[in-house]
Amino acid sequence: MKRIGLCVAALALSAFLAMPAVAGETFDAVKAKGFVQVGVNQGLFGFGMADDKGTWRGLDVDTGRAVAAAVFGDASKVKFTPLTAVQRFTALQSGEIDVLCRNATRTLSRETSLGLNFCQTNYYDGQGFLITKKLGVNSAKELDGATVCVLPGTTTELNAADYFRSNGMKWKPVVIESTPELNKAFFAGRCDSLTSDISQLAGIRAVAPNPDDYMILPEVISKEPLSPAVRHGDDQWMDIVDFSVLAMINAEELGITSENVDEMLKSKDPKIQRFLGVTEGNGKALGLDEKWAYNIVKQVGNYGEVFERNVGADTPLGLERGLNALWTDGGLMYAPPFK
Amino acid sequence: MDERDVADMDEIKPPKSQTGIIGWIRQNLFNGTFNSILTVITLFFLWKTVPPLIRWFFIDSVWTTGSEACYTADGACWSVISNNIRFILFGLYPHDLQWRPLIAIALLVALLAYSRDRRRWRRSLFYIWATGLFVMGLLMKGGLFGLENVDTTRWSGLPLTLLLSIFGMVAAYPLGVLLALGRRSRMPAIKSLCVVYIEMIRGVPLISLLFMSSIMFPLFLPEGLTINKILRAQIAIILFTAAYIAEVVRGGLQAIPRGQYEAAESLGLNFPQKMRLIVLPQALKIVIPPTVGILVSAFKDTSLVVIIALYDLLKTTQSVLSNPKWMGFSSEAYIFIAFIYFICCFSMSNYSRKLERELGAGERH
Repeated sequence: MKRIGLCVAALALSAFLAMPAVAGETFDAVKAKGFVQVGVNQGLFGFGMADDKGTWRGLDVDTGRAVAAAVFGDASKVKFTPLTAVQRFTALQSGEIDVLCRNATRTLSRETSLGLNFCQTNYYDGQGFLITKKLGVNSAKELDGATVCVLPGTTTELNAADYFRSNGMKWKPVVIESTPELNKAFFAGRCDSLTSDISQLAGIRAVAPNPDDYMILPEVISKEPLSPAVRHGDDQWMDIVDFSVLAMINAEELGITSENVDEMLKSKDPKIQRFLGVTEGNGKALGLDEKWAYNIVKQVGNYGEVFERNVGADTPLGLERGLNALWTDGGLMYAPPFK
Repeated sequence: MDERDVADMDEIKPPKSQTGIIGWIRQNLFNGTFNSILTVITLFFLWKTVPPLIRWFFIDSVWTTGSEACYTADGACWSVISNNIRFILFGLYPHDLQWRPLIAIALLVALLAYSRDRRRWRRSLFYIWATGLFVMGLLMKGGLFGLENVDTTRWSGLPLTLLLSIFGMVAAYPLGVLLALGRRSRMPAIKSLCVVYIEMIRGVPLISLLFMSSIMFPLFLPEGLTINKILRAQIAIILFTAAYIAEVVRGGLQAIPRGQYEAAESLGLNFPQKMRLIVLPQALKIVIPPTVGILVSAFKDTSLVVIIALYDLLKTTQSVLSNPKWMGFSSEAYIFIAFIYFICCFSMSNYSRKLERELGAGERH
């Protein structure tokens, strides 16, 4: 009887075994299985998080959807794998996911020794300081001797240490393991300042018992270009991910939104005609359908729409475009010509 | 003698100060200087803590409002639960299909309740469970009989916690018994293999096993082959729990007197018969309390899968809390899932006590 039980258990467990994916080129494997497997944050509001209905939402999530729209013409042909910070690069290296959209900072060592290729940055972040106004400080340079709440073991902690040392200031780090507890400690007045990525600070300030008591200092002490990543070995796949993000930026620059994209198909502007595939060529070059960029804009939106929907002024994060504005508006978002 | 007199004599009552509530209080709370001081201190402590707690829990709390009302309320914000109950319980499972895990859990509870009675432990119960598990798997996974297929990556919340812990226990128990028998075997190869396994697994924390299964293991697999995340965590939990059960069962085996083994051998029973009919029934009975201790802690340990980003009950709760709308209300949310964990663990230990009583495990034979 026990033996039968074991057999049943083995059968039941075998149902969990994933079908072995086709080895080799990522793009071929993705096309063969019919969906894109995207690694996302396990719970970062505005970037990658499941809402109360279990639907994934966020800037990174929409980036993954854009890739699916480009490859399959259907933004819903995508599956999300929530990953922790430790797991994310292994999951990509081992082929568990096809593309990593998990607010990962592009660095030299990650590009080289981890064997990753980062694509177009989808969010330019930087580390800053949130302080209580009671402190009477207007610049991070005046934070000498301050106690600072910080998450342990992250680059955030190192950046802060570097910053204080290079400016000849002393600081007392208050290290707390989880973000909600860290915020609570800060609001309870256990530290003068809290340091994290500025995109996070805005959200933390928004949920403060009294947001007006807190302010974000103007100094940005680190560069954090958050970019989607793919593994080495399939340049075509990298191009596709790269240009999926760029297509969203280019669409905003050309004034194409998810609402007017159908009218834009009739546009006489050769740049728009090429972009939307009315004049053919771009799709073939990438190995995709000529409508790939049209599908991204139609189903996901341009970069401005995606930004506003997930992290913009009307969301709890309420972030300004800042560095993430188009280059024409003084930001860093700049797409090469689509020809 | 008059009958009335007898009745009157019987009705002479002890002094008021010795009976009733006052008597009880005097006897139990104020029977000495030291105890009186303790009582007063305790009462003062309760008076200081209980009313504010009750006010926070019930009177000033909000139950079904949005998050805005929570910021102004003085008490607990139970709205964080009522607004997100479906996500906390079922997580990423498709929203309009959540009746399926709900029925699966109800079925599981019904099956557990049915098998509570030991008189129902017959061969038919095995088939009932096999059918029940099949139906539960079908409800969760779908893909047959017109049920929509739901990817295992979307299994989350309470069903995932129950899946990991129940399969973890059910598979770890027989494995643990085998390991215990192996460790007591006279065959050196088997013995050393079991010893190495048990000591190695017990020498590392579960967290490191989970990390191994989720981060290192995939790197050793051939390119393109991936094994489901849930399965990897499940296997790590089974291997871990089995090593602990093995040691407990070994303790039970050692407690069986030599005479029992010899008696079984003199009846001409071979090794499997001896173990199955004579030794194991006694040994396993002795070790019910420590076994249940391990199973309870294994159940709670499943919450560690949070660190490999599996959406179990704890992770879905944390996910709700990372939404800026609900960010400050971690106490309420954690109290809620602590309550769920308590119900599960308490019913396990409760049942084990019932089983001990029925089997007379505490008695000496």
